[in-house]
Amino acid sequence: MPHATPAPEPRSRPRVGLFVTCLADAIRPRLGFAALSLLEAAGCDVEVPRAQTCCGQPAFNSGDTQGGAALARRTIAAFEGCDHVVVPSGSCAGMIRAHYREALADDPAWLPRAEALAAKTHELLSFLADYRGWRPQGVALAASATYHDSCSGLRELGILDQPRALLREVDGLELRPLTGNDVCCGFGGTFCVKYPAISDAIVKEKAVLIEASGAQLLLGGDLGCLMNMAGALHRRGSAVRAFHAAEVLAGMGNGPAIGEEE
Amino acid sequence: MGTVFKRDVARALSDATLKTAIDRTTVTAERKRAAALTDYPQFAAARERGTRIKDHVVAHLDHYLLEFERNATASGATVHWAADSEEACRIVLGICRGAGARRVTRSKSMLGEEIGLPHALEAAGIERVETDLAEHIVQLAGETPSHIIWPALHKTREQVSALFKASHRDPHKTEDVEAMVESARRELRDRFLSAEVGISGANFLVADSGAVCTVTNEGNAELTTTPPRVHIVTAGIEKLVPSLAHAFVLLRLLVRSATGADLTQYTTFHCGPKRPGDLDGPQEFHIVLVDNGRSRMLADAGLREMLRCIRCGACMNHCVVYRQIGGHAYGATYPGPMGAVLTPALQGAEKARDLPHACTLNGRCQEVCPVGIPLPALLRGWRDRSWKDGLVPQSVRSGLWLWRFAAERPRLYHLGTAAAVRAMRLFRRGGWIGRMPLAGAWTRYRDFPAPAGRTFMEQLRDRERGR
Repeated sequence: MPHATPAPEPRSRPRVGLFVTCLADAIRPRLGFAALSLLEAAGCDVEVPRAQTCCGQPAFNSGDTQGGAALARRTIAAFEGCDHVVVPSGSCAGMIRAHYREALADDPAWLPRAEALAAKTHELLSFLADYRGWRPQGVALAASATYHDSCSGLRELGILDQPRALLREVDGLELRPLTGNDVCCGFGGTFCVKYPAISDAIVKEKAVLIEASGAQLLLGGDLGCLMNMAGALHRRGSAVRAFHAAEVLAGMGNGPAIGEEE
Repeated sequence: MGTVFKRDVARALSDATLKTAIDRTTVTAERKRAAALTDYPQFAAARERGTRIKDHVVAHLDHYLLEFERNATASGATVHWAADSEEACRIVLGICRGAGARRVTRSKSMLGEEIGLPHALEAAGIERVETDLAEHIVQLAGETPSHIIWPALHKTREQVSALFKASHRDPHKTEDVEAMVESARRELRDRFLSAEVGISGANFLVADSGAVCTVTNEGNAELTTTPPRVHIVTAGIEKLVPSLAHAFVLLRLLVRSATGADLTQYTTFHCGPKRPGDLDGPQEFHIVLVDNGRSRMLADAGLREMLRCIRCGACMNHCVVYRQIGGHAYGATYPGPMGAVLTPALQGAEKARDLPHACTLNGRCQEVCPVGIPLPALLRGWRDRSWKDGLVPQSVRSGLWLWRFAAERPRLYHLGTAAAVRAMRLFRRGGWIGRMPLAGAWTRYRDFPAPAGRTFMEQLRDRERGR
């Protein structure tokens, strides 16, 4: 597959460690394979370290800083040999980039390793667009779609234009604006099960706005948020189908959407 | 986990009128703030400057407090120091008694609410007249403010109309806002003039002049502070600014962030009592400087940045949780993100346990904060303390312990998830799971997408073997 010349890379084919994320591993393996094929298409040698599990964010954000730190050390050890770590989630990438140094602030042995890993960790779509200069070629999907910007990717990593720039290159895909595209969907990790009634009220409002966009598809860059919105849309009988943007970019947009049988 | 918070949340979520009221005000506030920022390209620079001003003052609070006291005293004011809310109320009541006050007027002050002054005045048998329109509404309804800028945000104008008709001596005849405001004016005007003491808060305390700045839109603060014989200011010690120029930097940030206006209708600097030759003004001017936990926050690296807060309310206007549950569910003076940080400091972490957790950490509050307070990080800090202090419910601790135990053992973890996805699939109907044991918090409200039959790691292994 063709790709732009990766000028800033020291090697022509960087060794990229794919952090699949615990959610994609368990719930939506298709997303992991979409990420894998996109990275390969963008000229990377992809490794999937078997020692990876969870980035530790659920523990860290629940106040269990030690638990978060323990999983951070595991993740660092599993990935620090790679040139880059790429994650198909702004939330998990944000955890590694922005919060590992907080989780390991009191651990002088691990803090430099946390910072080194943070510096080479990227969310998938922004990595493809910004670091690899990759654009989809020959990918087609005849559908209308709207895009929700998940909060961690948006505010911790500044991801806003990259997914749209990539999706605009998909033949036949019409992107429609979403009112409140930058407003939280109410997922919030463990928040959605700790305070489910509040989370439900928030995602219901989001579902109404998604439907009002008139789009057939809901796209986003974080599986957790997408599961929350897709689950709310399905419960209210909506016909809107949800995909991770990486799946569409990898040419898998004709396959089953979130919650559809394989 | 049937906490008081969850009970109040359930009540709020089932109140459709409350949601209408919240949306009317917060949606407008959000829109006006956004418009104000497009007309104020220097906002980012002002935000940076405002942040530095507040950090500087907080770092040299002792210096500026003493400078303020010196200059306020020189202007003829009497400065009082209160370590906590009880002492602050005692001082205010003492001044009221000394003035022989039977009736006091009060202009909106969140610090007054924080220290429980309305209750203390009533308990002392002193008639309290709230002169801010929204505070008047809240007083008539026997409630507390639900927002720091719009205390009566939780009420629709239809509810306010009914309340005025039931309470005012000469209520409005037509259902327009102007007529309702007139009704309140008729009700309140003579009381403004007959109070012995007027009590206000402060938006800024100006150290180099000893002046107290208040900003309002109704002019009630001026009527509260000028006609009575005695004017009392209650203010948190973090309200200090070095000079007038610094106050104006923060004022520009405050007003745009709060209401989206360039300037409030009234910006008043009160400096000392009436001097010989002055046409009006109080004969006595008292300033009560209240600590109430602030010096403790100053000493706490995890909370110090909260002392930057200029009480604009933008964080709650933009908070997805506040916009669903409103202010009262927070069960404290300060709601929303800033309240979720402040309340555990003021009331104790145990009583306010839910607040720092009932947040999606989406970061919007920090983004709109005019002094860049890292609210999500401060909230996460409370969660960390809450975990260490054993305030996190056992069910959450056990769940996370089990998760961590497995996640620290990749082989066990991958076996476990492979088994778990198979078990989950037993509950699916088509591609969705509508009900599943242990997942009720999710499936009560949303469907859960059934996992694929095999995990990514399993499928990858098979692929690689097939190569």
